[in-house]
Amino acid sequence: MALLDYFLRKKEKQVTTASKAKERLQIIVAHERNSRNKQPDYLPQLTADILEVLRKYIKVTDESFSINLDNKGGDLNVLELNIELSDENSIN
Amino acid sequence: MARIIVVTSGKGGVGKTTSSAAIGLGLALKGQKVVLIDFDIGLRNLDLIMGCERRVVYDFVNVINGEATLNQALIKDKRVSSLSILPASQTRDKDALNKENVGKVLEELGKTYDYIVCDSPAGIEAGAMMALYYADEAIVTTNPEVSSVRDSDRILGMLASRSRRAELGLEPIKEHLLLTRYSPKRVDDGEMLSVEDVVDILSIPLLGVIPESQAVLKASNAGEPVILDTESDAGKAYQDVVDRLLGETVDFRFLHAKKKGILSRMFGG
Repeated sequence: MALLDYFLRKKEKQVTTASKAKERLQIIVAHERNSRNKQPDYLPQLTADILEVLRKYIKVTDESFSINLDNKGGDLNVLELNIELSDENSIN
Repeated sequence: MARIIVVTSGKGGVGKTTSSAAIGLGLALKGQKVVLIDFDIGLRNLDLIMGCERRVVYDFVNVINGEATLNQALIKDKRVSSLSILPASQTRDKDALNKENVGKVLEELGKTYDYIVCDSPAGIEAGAMMALYYADEAIVTTNPEVSSVRDSDRILGMLASRSRRAELGLEPIKEHLLLTRYSPKRVDDGEMLSVEDVVDILSIPLLGVIPESQAVLKASNAGEPVILDTESDAGKAYQDVVDRLLGETVDFRFLHAKKKGILSRMFGG
């Protein structure tokens, strides 16, 4: 039998279960990672709008501005806005 | 400053405690001062794998509650004097641990030890979160099997968002993949995910591959961590892991099945 198997094996190049496992995992893991890092759709527009308002009053470069929406676990979401004031905007 | 390493996985039964015991003992044999902490409150088992279950007097929760000092609760390993074990409690509720009191214990241990190895419970509940919260490095223990790989990915998400380092915006936890129960023969036959497949899916650096081995059960039967079985493949593979943790470059072994000769392939056996 082993002799027969040896010659037959080469022909039946079928999809292995390991490759099925890999394919399924790649899809589900990518999907789950996406939903982990999900930012709401409105965030880019919100960022642009806030920047526009800020620039009416102070000088803000893209580098001195950051916006972040964070899930702190459970129901707690925090919208964090960080604006670095340059010397020109100094209050002193 | 001690390196705090969490051995975690998400899924149960993949080899966290076996790996914690082997790696902790291995580091101590290399002259490092090591403390192994069992975070599985209510289901302690690290003591059994380490072979010190009859010497447990006080436990982690006793220390937290101020009923015992750290020195009273720590069990010194009989084989290597630079290794201690802090057992989990067997009865208390798991809400006993919180960030503040665990932080204090780790800080105290950090004064004496070079390595603090935290054996995490399975799951993603409070106990597992406590085990990973203070970690500097994580050994993500994974079997080449779909549910284990998926759960490992969940844990990677937790490491990146729920740890102290994440909350404080510090350098992220250093992640290591430890692939356990690996069977090269089944990989060759297309029945098991390969090392490359798992690394590809999880995309974290590989720390070690432990081959499926009968030595692991024998080791736990005897309460002698498998790294002491220097003849076994699993013992050698854990030794490589320890060397890599200490910064050495070691080639990966036991990734391929032993090649069969043409005769044995044709006539079986």
